[in-house]
Formats: sequence, structure tokens, C-alpha cells
Amino acid sequence: MLRFLNAWIGPFQEFLFLAGRAFKNVVRGPHYYDDVFIQMDIIGVGSLVIVLLTGFFSGAIIALQMARALNTYGASSQTGTIVSLTLVRELGPVLTALLVAGRNASGIASELGSMKVTEQIDAMRALGTDPIQKLVTPRLIATAIMLPALTVVADAVGSVGAYLVAVPLLHIITSSQYWSSFWRALVLNDLAQGLIKPLVFGMIISLVGCFYGLQTTGGTQGVGRATTQAVVTASIWIFVVTFLIDKIFVNL
Amino acid sequence: MAEGSILNFCDVSLRYEDVWALRDVSLTLNPGETRIIFGAAGSGKTTLLKAVIGLVPVDRGQIKVFGEDVTAMKETQLFGLRSRAGMVFQEGGLFDSLSVGENVEYPLLNRQASAQANGTQPNGDSESRVRDALRFVELEQTYDKLPSEISGGMRRRVGIARAIVTGPPLVLYDSPTAGLDPITANTIMALIVKERDVRNSAALIVTHRYQDGELMAGFRYDREKEALVSVTGEESRTKFIVMKEGAIVFFGTRQELEQSEDPYVRRFVKHEE
Repeated sequence: MLRFLNAWIGPFQEFLFLAGRAFKNVVRGPHYYDDVFIQMDIIGVGSLVIVLLTGFFSGAIIALQMARALNTYGASSQTGTIVSLTLVRELGPVLTALLVAGRNASGIASELGSMKVTEQIDAMRALGTDPIQKLVTPRLIATAIMLPALTVVADAVGSVGAYLVAVPLLHIITSSQYWSSFWRALVLNDLAQGLIKPLVFGMIISLVGCFYGLQTTGGTQGVGRATTQAVVTASIWIFVVTFLIDKIFVNL
Repeated sequence: MAEGSILNFCDVSLRYEDVWALRDVSLTLNPGETRIIFGAAGSGKTTLLKAVIGLVPVDRGQIKVFGEDVTAMKETQLFGLRSRAGMVFQEGGLFDSLSVGENVEYPLLNRQASAQANGTQPNGDSESRVRDALRFVELEQTYDKLPSEISGGMRRRVGIARAIVTGPPLVLYDSPTAGLDPITANTIMALIVKERDVRNSAALIVTHRYQDGELMAGFRYDREKEALVSVTGEESRTKFIVMKEGAIVFFGTRQELEQSEDPYVRRFVKHEE
């Protein structure tokens, strides 16, 4: 039992230690701004197309499913409200985070893992560079900035996708009804949820990816293992944290 | 502890579970001196090298580098000290996403970033220093190439250029000739002799080839002739260390090494056919 607990607690402790140092480096120099911008490009701009597609179709699917359900109760006019709340509160942040986790937690873990097994991390330390400062902190900052931005984009195209299904395709609601109910449904609490979640998810994705990358041992097979573990762990944490944040905001 | 020495190990020990990686290791290195380290696989040679700049923390003893106690420093405090030493990794340890020029420039940019963070004025003109270092290892033409586009021997030489670009007083070489053909290996060792004699730097060299030690002890770089010349008599700056199970079992000159009767030590000496 103790051995089992130790197998979980030890790595979690190391993860917290890595996270602590990465956050501390945000305010402590030297700062590698170039690396931050490169990572913002890779994580943000690189994920834009899949986020646009996923966001658009998520909105369209919600509208398609909800239109029929709402029509049963004669409440088609509430389509905008349902789409707005579902997208901004939950689906936008969670789907975008899962996509970015699949794309970037794996990318980060494999990149850092390859560097680890080829002695590049040791070389970096030997040259006097803090690998956490140089590799982890820029990825943390970049993901924490870009994931909320990508989520806003996903929410925006999702609302357009839902609009196209509800208004021109199904004709269950007018354009002005849709947009006014969409905006009216949103309160500060929803917007806060919609932005705080991706901020936290961004930190989780980058730190989990970096953690598994820097823990890599065992050559190329180890890199593959680290990549899989990073995606699985980041995805699980996204759902756990969504639940926790929801619990906090529901009580507010 | 010797005054003005670059490196001092005092009864340093490190244990990995049941295995001694280092056991009561003591050694001193002064400017311009070289220590050639031999030993079987797993005898602690690379660990010793890594312990010098705190890449592996030790359990017991004291390590002083440039007068600073490495064993008492935190990881974040060690980065400044590490940037003042050079290290050449077995496979070169080059950053594969950076070009050769960017790899060699890395320590200079790193110093500039640290200088800016500390509010001091960084030194400029890194490109000419990078080209000088690459010219030193005769690889200036590879400046824009990626490490994957050059041979294994060239990668080691780029690793040497990267280690010496800042002109460190101490350079650590981890098996710089391992797995290379004899001609390339001799080219690399000739560069290490040249580096030692041109810059008067101290060096710790882990190697499996006796010829590497022979070259370091038996030759010096002649600036006028721009070539290696044989040293007459005993070259006192180069000493040999043989390690076994983490402990130093031999320390002495080339002659003493060759005359050793210890069967383990004799395994590392090239015998006349």
C-alpha cells in the first residue's frame, strides 16, 4: 500500500516542485521572450485551424440537437440562450483544451523527452542555463495566454455555427431573436468561468507536458511513453478541474 | 587545499542504492593542468565529471570549483558557475533544432541574458567569437548547417567549439573520442592539446583510449609552427587517474602508469606488441 502511495505521491511532489519553479521564473530573470513568442506561435497560431473547425461544428451540433428538443416544448426562441451558456461555460473551454492537450501536451512532452534522452537537457544545465527557465516557463506563459484566446475564438465561431443552423437552415428563430437571446443569457459569472477555465487548463497542459518530457528515460520508447502519459494525464486533469471550477462558480 | 587551484575534490562520495558511484575521491587541478581519467564502464568516471559542476549532487565531501563550494550551492546558484566552465558531452550534446553557429553561440547568448538579468552590460559581437571558435576546430564552413547534417566526429568538434567559445579556465571532456575512427579521434585530441596550450586551460578528460592520454602527455602545441610537437622528458602537467568502483585506484604520471604492476591498472595501458 505504502509503495503504491509512494508511486503517486513522489511524482506529484516533483510536479508541484516543477510548477513552483516555473511560476517563480515568470517574475525572475533571465527572461526568454523570443521563446515565449515562438511557443505562442506554435501553440496558438498552430492550433487555430482545428479550433476553428471544432468550435464551428460544436455550435452547429448544439443548435441542431437543441432546436428539436426545444421545439417539443415550444421554446425554440431559447436556442440562442442554450447555445450561449453551453458554449461559453463548458464546451468552448473544455473542447479547446482537449484539442490543445492532444496537440501540444504531446508535442511538448516529445520535444523535451527527445532533448532529455539525447543529453541536450544536461548540456543546457552544463552551459549554465536553467532548463525550467528556458523550456518550461516560456511554454507555461504561452499556453496560459493562447488557450483563453483560442477559447474565445472557438466560442465566437461556435455561435456563428449555431446561428447558421438555427436561422438560415432550420428557420426556427429569427436572426435578431437568436443574437439577443445569445447575449442576454451571458452574465459576468459565465464569462469569468469561460476565461478562468482555459487559463487554468493552459497551465495544466504545459506543465504536464513539460513534466513528462523532463522525466523521460529509456530512449525513443521512453519518449513515446512520456507523450502518451502527458496527453492522458492532461485530459483527465482538464475534466477534474472543470468539475472543481464549476463547483466553485455554482456556489457563487 | 592548494591555493589558486581551479578544482578541489575532498573525500567526495556518492552512492546509488548499493553501488558506489564515487568513493572518497580527492583530487586537485591547477590552471593548465590535465587529468586523464581511465576506468571500466560504471567505475564513476562520468559521475565524477558531472559532480564537478553539480550536475549530480554528492552525498559526502566537498567540491570546490574556482574557489566556490559546489556542494553547498543550490541548483539555481550553480548556473552562474557552470557558465564559467566548459563541458563536452560524449555525443556532443548539441541542440538539434539549432544550427552549428547557433549552438556555438548559445553560451555567449546565455551569458548576455544573465548579464541583462543582473543589470550589467553584456559583451557584444558574438558572431566573430563563434567564427573564431569554429575556426579553432576547423569547422567554420559548417556555420549554417544543422547538427544532423554533419558527421559524428564533426559534432564532437562543434561540441568542443561550444565548450571553449567563452574561454573557460576549466574544460570537462566526457569520452570525446568514443566510437570514432583513429584518425578523427587523433584530430580531436590534437584540438584538445591545442586548446590546453593556447589558452592554458585546465582539463579533466574521461577516455577509454590510452592513446588519448599519450597524446596529452607526450605533445604540446607549438604556436610558431602551428602544429603539435613532441615533448622531451616527462610532461608534468598531465597526470593519470584510474577509477574502480567509484574510487581512485591509481594517480600518477604516464611513466608511473606504464610501470604499474596492478592488473586492473595495466588494463588501461597500451602494451607493446
